[in-house]
Amino acid sequence: MTAELSIIRTAAETELIERFSHVRPVLPGDGVVKRLRDEAFALFTASGLPHRRIEEWKYTDLRAFMRDAPPLALKPEGEAAARLLGQAPPLGDLATPQLTFANGHLVAAPSDLAGIEIVPLADALASGHPLTARMAGLEIARGNTALALNTAFMADGAIVHVRREAGAARLELRFVNGAAQSFATSPRLFIVVDDGAELDLVETHQGPDGLAYQVNSAVEIVAGAAARVSHVRVNDEGLGALAVSTLTVALGAGTDFKSFALTKGASVARHQIFLGCAGENATIALGGATMLRGRQHADTTLLLDHAVPHCTSRELFKTVVDDEAVGVFQGKIIVRPHAQKSDGRMMSAALLLSEGGTMNNKPELEIFADDVQCAHGATCGALDDDLLFYLMARGLPRPEAEALMVEAFLGEPLEFVVRDDVRDALAGLAATWLSERR
Amino acid sequence: MLEIRNLVVDIEDKRILNGLDLTVNTGEVAAIMGPNGSGKSTLSYVIAGKEDYTVVDGEILLDGESILELEPFERAAKGVFLAFQYPLEIPGVGTMTFLKAALNAQRKARGEAELTTPDLMRRVKAAATKLAIDPEMLKRPLNVGFSGGEKKRMEILQMALLEPSLCILDETDSGLDIDALKIVADGVNALRAPDRSSLVITHYQRLLDYIVPDTVHVMANGRVVRSGGKELAIELEANGYADYRQQAA
Repeated sequence: MTAELSIIRTAAETELIERFSHVRPVLPGDGVVKRLRDEAFALFTASGLPHRRIEEWKYTDLRAFMRDAPPLALKPEGEAAARLLGQAPPLGDLATPQLTFANGHLVAAPSDLAGIEIVPLADALASGHPLTARMAGLEIARGNTALALNTAFMADGAIVHVRREAGAARLELRFVNGAAQSFATSPRLFIVVDDGAELDLVETHQGPDGLAYQVNSAVEIVAGAAARVSHVRVNDEGLGALAVSTLTVALGAGTDFKSFALTKGASVARHQIFLGCAGENATIALGGATMLRGRQHADTTLLLDHAVPHCTSRELFKTVVDDEAVGVFQGKIIVRPHAQKSDGRMMSAALLLSEGGTMNNKPELEIFADDVQCAHGATCGALDDDLLFYLMARGLPRPEAEALMVEAFLGEPLEFVVRDDVRDALAGLAATWLSERR
Repeated sequence: MLEIRNLVVDIEDKRILNGLDLTVNTGEVAAIMGPNGSGKSTLSYVIAGKEDYTVVDGEILLDGESILELEPFERAAKGVFLAFQYPLEIPGVGTMTFLKAALNAQRKARGEAELTTPDLMRRVKAAATKLAIDPEMLKRPLNVGFSGGEKKRMEILQMALLEPSLCILDETDSGLDIDALKIVADGVNALRAPDRSSLVITHYQRLLDYIVPDTVHVMANGRVVRSGGKELAIELEANGYADYRQQAA
């Protein structure tokens, strides 16, 4: 007797397969890029959408969350793009050169920045820009299905090359989403920071509430020796959004890298960070502040690879969970056999403001070297009643006392943000979130 | 004026206060003394409005109005101030941020205009100087890394800024060396005023050498068992609490 083995696919998976076969011929890029797309898509067809029986997706069952695969967003032209961008308030008054994306399509970019080359991704892929050959190069991210789907479908975005002569370069990536109908978009950024170059990058994602749209974005950063990169990401997507994002980082020797993510938007959010140390003496600081309410679900998943000796990393992620929301933190630090004198410290702390909230904390260390300092910790708790009483006894009404304590809780990772103006803007977002709670 | 009548208080079904009566007149400094476990700290928490306690019976009146139904912040706005025995550390909340929030919350509750930052700074600096508080401490998160004496002085600083009508000092002398005790006592004495009452809770008579009370009340087993003038404190210091333990039991 023989049994026929057939894979049962979900509606979303079937739609993705059909869509890929339709758009593949028209997606930008020649043989090399097509091969990259095909390999990436093959990873998806083999495994399907990741689900809870896959360890890395245990707490965020993408197959269950992603009920359909809406059509790919077209590029809004002229007035439509301007209208869309006008709907989203900018993050503070940052006075920073902006790359603007409407539904994942690059609609405006500065062209005259000394030492910075910016090429629309579609052009770069179509013309075979030399840097495209270095895309999707981080080994530890290669098996990730979400990133693979971005690679398969990437149609727009940008390649940014920061040279040393740019000095202390600043850029803002401003993503604004919105349309009458549900859509999907997969913007891709590939950012190369040369040896000794410096980049301050702010990335904001916004969209309207009440629209079910899907974003699967990816930002790849390759930093050369002694480069300095600070990165801030803001997820202020609409509350109907499914927002998956991947940050991959490859660090050269002696780099200084900081990344901070504020998450308050989207119905389902998953932010993945894959960071590999390729050169010794890198200094890494990763932070996050997540604020959830209603039935929001937000996942931060981090994989940090101390592949070489003498690198130092600090990770501090804080999550505030209200109502029935669900927070997830998964952080893994790997120290490879020869990566002696690695120093890694990872902390995830959650504050539950309601009886119905959930936090899943999973910190992990995989250490294969013997002369290292590594630590991890995870906490989960409610506001301290004694502290609340102390504040109330001084005259603060309960909501104000709670807000002060939540702000204090989130204030610690906010210190990872280098720029005062950006930090103030983020603190403002947190304060707004708290004021909406009352 | 503070009037407490037949106050009965439980915590998790355990009776702590058992028919306590106490009157503190306006402008009066009353000392509460008593052995460990007599209910002194509970009394201070119940007046300030801590939630963990169940008021089974009795009444607490401030200027003739019951405060039992009021939230802690409402009691604070009415002038109740509790200087904690163990002031809490609040990481991440700057001392100045906290002082501004507390002052303005109370002013708002009383329908007064909020203080401007320069005005606040002026007031805080003046009060801090009197209490020998290092201005650097004001830049740190509230009470974080402060010594026991610094924390107590910070409580008195808050009391001076908030200008309460009822000051409750819960074992403010505990953990203080003699110099710190003098500074704190001077701070409290400076706040003595005809329109302000104080309830000074202490184990030891020593504090009362520096903060001389108008009346002294002895607590045992959850009630006031004897009241008198300041000479009662001296008598207690000499004879201890043994008589009162027996009397109450």
